[in-house]
Amino acid sequence: MNDWPLWEVFVRSRRGLSHVHVGSLHAPDAELALRNARDLYTRRQEGISLWVVPSAQIVASDPGEREAFFDPADDKVYRHPTFYSVPEGVEHL
Amino acid sequence: MTTPPSTLFDYVLGLADDALVSAQRMGWWISRAPELEEDVALANIGLDQLGQARALLTYAGAVEGAGRTEDDLAYLRDDREFRNVWLVERPQADFAVTIARLLVLATWQSELYVALASASDPTLAGVAGKAVKEVAYHVDHARLWTLRLGDGTEVSHLRMQQALDAEWPYVEELFAPTAGALVDPGALREGVLGRVEEVVVAATLSVPQVAPAIGGGRRGLHTEHLGHLLAEMQHLHRSHPGAVW
Repeated sequence: MNDWPLWEVFVRSRRGLSHVHVGSLHAPDAELALRNARDLYTRRQEGISLWVVPSAQIVASDPGEREAFFDPADDKVYRHPTFYSVPEGVEHL
Repeated sequence: MTTPPSTLFDYVLGLADDALVSAQRMGWWISRAPELEEDVALANIGLDQLGQARALLTYAGAVEGAGRTEDDLAYLRDDREFRNVWLVERPQADFAVTIARLLVLATWQSELYVALASASDPTLAGVAGKAVKEVAYHVDHARLWTLRLGDGTEVSHLRMQQALDAEWPYVEELFAPTAGALVDPGALREGVLGRVEEVVVAATLSVPQVAPAIGGGRRGLHTEHLGHLLAEMQHLHRSHPGAVW
């Protein structure tokens, strides 16, 4: 019977990190979506900030086009910044 | 002026039982709420209330000084020994009733806990201080649903109004004089009703004009419903004394 729209939930676990997608939920509107997200996804101190986004607003890549989208990057190792040394003590680069 | 231990015991027990009995009623919704998300939300609220009840019962046991633990007080008292108000003990198998009751109860607890947090009793002040943030969320949850049901469809408006009408006779007992009260219940009346009525009006609903129920929960006089609730809540503990997880 669930005719509430679907929302995607993003949680930021602490300052300095970015919001990470953690799952989805149903809610009748944005205000309740945020509260449902609080109850469903931050029960165990997972976060200090929440985003909810209507799932219908997310534009996703087509799984059928995966090869054309992503395979061309396979042989371009020079794009990885592995030729630099990371200073000690930098955690979130 | 020092409050005699027996009076303080009754007062703390009253606040503990309000939270405990309400938590048990909230638990009824688990697996029954209209949506999975609301199921979790109501269970969360019930668990917050249970946490408050545990702290208050433990303190009541300490005040009494007879060695009773939170479990002894929760599971081994009969209905006449419970001190909760009538508001929390009646069934709430209707979602609008649950929301109407939560709006009143949580707003009252919110005002009460803020006042208790600066009371002369350090233990009660500590418990209340922690609970303030929890009940603020409960008020918010009830407020959002009252607005949506009241200002929703014709049916939701009607059912939300009926729920308010059904709960309103039990509001006045919250403000009745109570022996040993560290916060004068009557002093909370204006603040609580002001906040609740603001939500009711914003939700396009009317503040019910009804005569208050007799009440008497603080003296151990209860409706027929509390005995049934306790039978379910206490059954396991009484059948298997000392059982642990």
